[in-house]
Amino acid sequence: MRASSQGALKKPSVIPGFGLALGFTLAYLSLIVLIPLAALVLKTASLGWPEFWRIATDPRTIAALKVSFGISFAAAAINAVFGLIVAWVLVRYEFPGRKLLDAFIDLPFALPTAVAGIALTALYAPNGWIGELVKPFGIKIAYTPIGILIALTFIGLPFIVRTVQPVLEDLDREVEEAAATLGARRFQTFRKVILPALLPALLTGFALALARAIGEYGSVIFIAGNIPFVSEIAPLLIVIKLTEFNYPAATAIASIMLAISFVLLLVINLLQAWSRRGLSNG
Amino acid sequence: MDAVTGNDLNIRAGLGSAHARIAAAEGLRPLAGTWGKQVDVTVENVARSFGDTAALHGVSLKIASGELVALLGPSGSGKTTLLRILGGLDFPSEGRVLFGAEDALGLSVQERNVGFVFQSYALFRHMTVHDNIAFGLSVRPAKRRPAKAAIKKRVDELLDLVQLTDLGKRYPAQLSGGQRQRVALARALAIEPRILLLDEPFGALDAKVRKDLRRWLREIHDRTGHTTVFVTHDQDEALELADRVAVLNKGRIEQIGTPDEIYDAPATPFVAGFIGETNALPVRVESGKIFLDDRALDLASTGEADGPRMLAFRPHDIEFTGEGAGGIAGLVVSELRHGATRRLAIEVGPQRHRIEIDVGAETAGQKGNRVVVLPRSWRLFSPDAFRG
Repeated sequence: MRASSQGALKKPSVIPGFGLALGFTLAYLSLIVLIPLAALVLKTASLGWPEFWRIATDPRTIAALKVSFGISFAAAAINAVFGLIVAWVLVRYEFPGRKLLDAFIDLPFALPTAVAGIALTALYAPNGWIGELVKPFGIKIAYTPIGILIALTFIGLPFIVRTVQPVLEDLDREVEEAAATLGARRFQTFRKVILPALLPALLTGFALALARAIGEYGSVIFIAGNIPFVSEIAPLLIVIKLTEFNYPAATAIASIMLAISFVLLLVINLLQAWSRRGLSNG
Repeated sequence: MDAVTGNDLNIRAGLGSAHARIAAAEGLRPLAGTWGKQVDVTVENVARSFGDTAALHGVSLKIASGELVALLGPSGSGKTTLLRILGGLDFPSEGRVLFGAEDALGLSVQERNVGFVFQSYALFRHMTVHDNIAFGLSVRPAKRRPAKAAIKKRVDELLDLVQLTDLGKRYPAQLSGGQRQRVALARALAIEPRILLLDEPFGALDAKVRKDLRRWLREIHDRTGHTTVFVTHDQDEALELADRVAVLNKGRIEQIGTPDEIYDAPATPFVAGFIGETNALPVRVESGKIFLDDRALDLASTGEADGPRMLAFRPHDIEFTGEGAGGIAGLVVSELRHGATRRLAIEVGPQRHRIEIDVGAETAGQKGNRVVVLPRSWRLFSPDAFRG
């Protein structure tokens, strides 16, 4: 369709030497990402198919994977909604302390995750400030999947805010005014004009938050309670296997996580490409 | 991309056939039976201030139904603010705006039903051209929303009208500037607006495309008869396109009139200076006569009080006279070819006041000569009129 996609392989660009640049990229990617992952898969392969299948279909593994991916997905979804609102407030409103609030957003990035986990546990444990408040209603947060959800939401928030924020800043206010003069109510303008424009960034943020949550370990193990079949995450299961010196089992679970993550991210990328249609210059 | 630019050039080639196409589009009334209901617009004493700075001071303006009016002024004159107030995107601090007899200020922007074309076009980038144009109809409440097929028919007719027939499936990023401008116009027309408002409609286009689109917009207006207000800082655009021009300066309307009135009889020094080119010479009025450096000019100024004045006249609006006939005498200090005419700069009198006159291109080699000229039409303004 687009002219730019034809003959895009070789075009004058700022960085000289297409061959060199591509070669470097591939070598770097191999060294940093592909070789370690290949080693992981190789180690798993030494296991043999029946043994791999036994580990993969072990109810405890499946339960842990369900907890990891299910709660990560939920946390990323929660962040997509509330992160969007936070980004909106930061971009569209002037209020005292805005810059300060803006700086707070990045704290989950900077904080050692174990610190975050311990802090959250202290807050949400039955005798913590917040845990105490909800206890009379029979709600338990720490040491349950809800605790995991809170930890993963905490660490994922900056991804959504930081990806959506610049796009929102660039959004042409006249486009919203145009929608209004054409008769669109506020919600219609948001739903049909603003959201589609933000969707690619929102999906990027969602993918990043999801990927981060799937791999998260430090903050979760403190608050999760780590009860097998209930609140045990897959990364923890891997660590347990490692401490048992059962390396093949550990790599097997890791490989499964890797495969699922890869498929998820691929799907999100495709969605993103679809949501981006028309946005690039043809 | 070649096809895109090619299409722009086709506007010119297509102007002849545009009549036929637009005539065919006259049957464009499938939705409401008419092109919306055109109204006259009354602006009464509208003032608008942003904090301490006033953008508009008590502006009044009446626009007849079906009229094409230009708001002309330099940047910061308040013309865009006035347009946005008409469109419901801004609200005045004082004054009234009426659409017909209805108080427009009581209507939200959505209820006002105006077609607004933005300077940046403000197209929805993630929607195709077709969906952009259909937007206004598809967001209507269910009971006023036309059926899908009717919307599509309407969009196709509008695409024909703006000569983008086959581009409905493109995205805005795949169009040239002129094409985007026409999509923005079609989108605004789709909602059957009561009035059409355009903010610097040709501002972002190059000179050639501008001229073509200007003529084309006039034709569309003549066919569809929308009450139209457009904002521009380009006097050629305003004079060529509009039925009437309102010249704004510093938040006030300096003059409202037909292009002829504005050009030939500027009411204020600002209009004289802003529209076209104007020579200004300091003179004195004494008992009905105009003196330039103690020499009486052969110009009658009946009814003017005595005192200093500025004599204003257009460079092309002069005639040569003989010595001693009460003309403005001076030395030609430079000559420049200026399109079809030749422009002479003349220094007048001991204080070397500079004026410029336009003469036929064939009168070359005047530099250094002494000439005597007399303005055919002229005006007197207060002595400090052209300062600042």
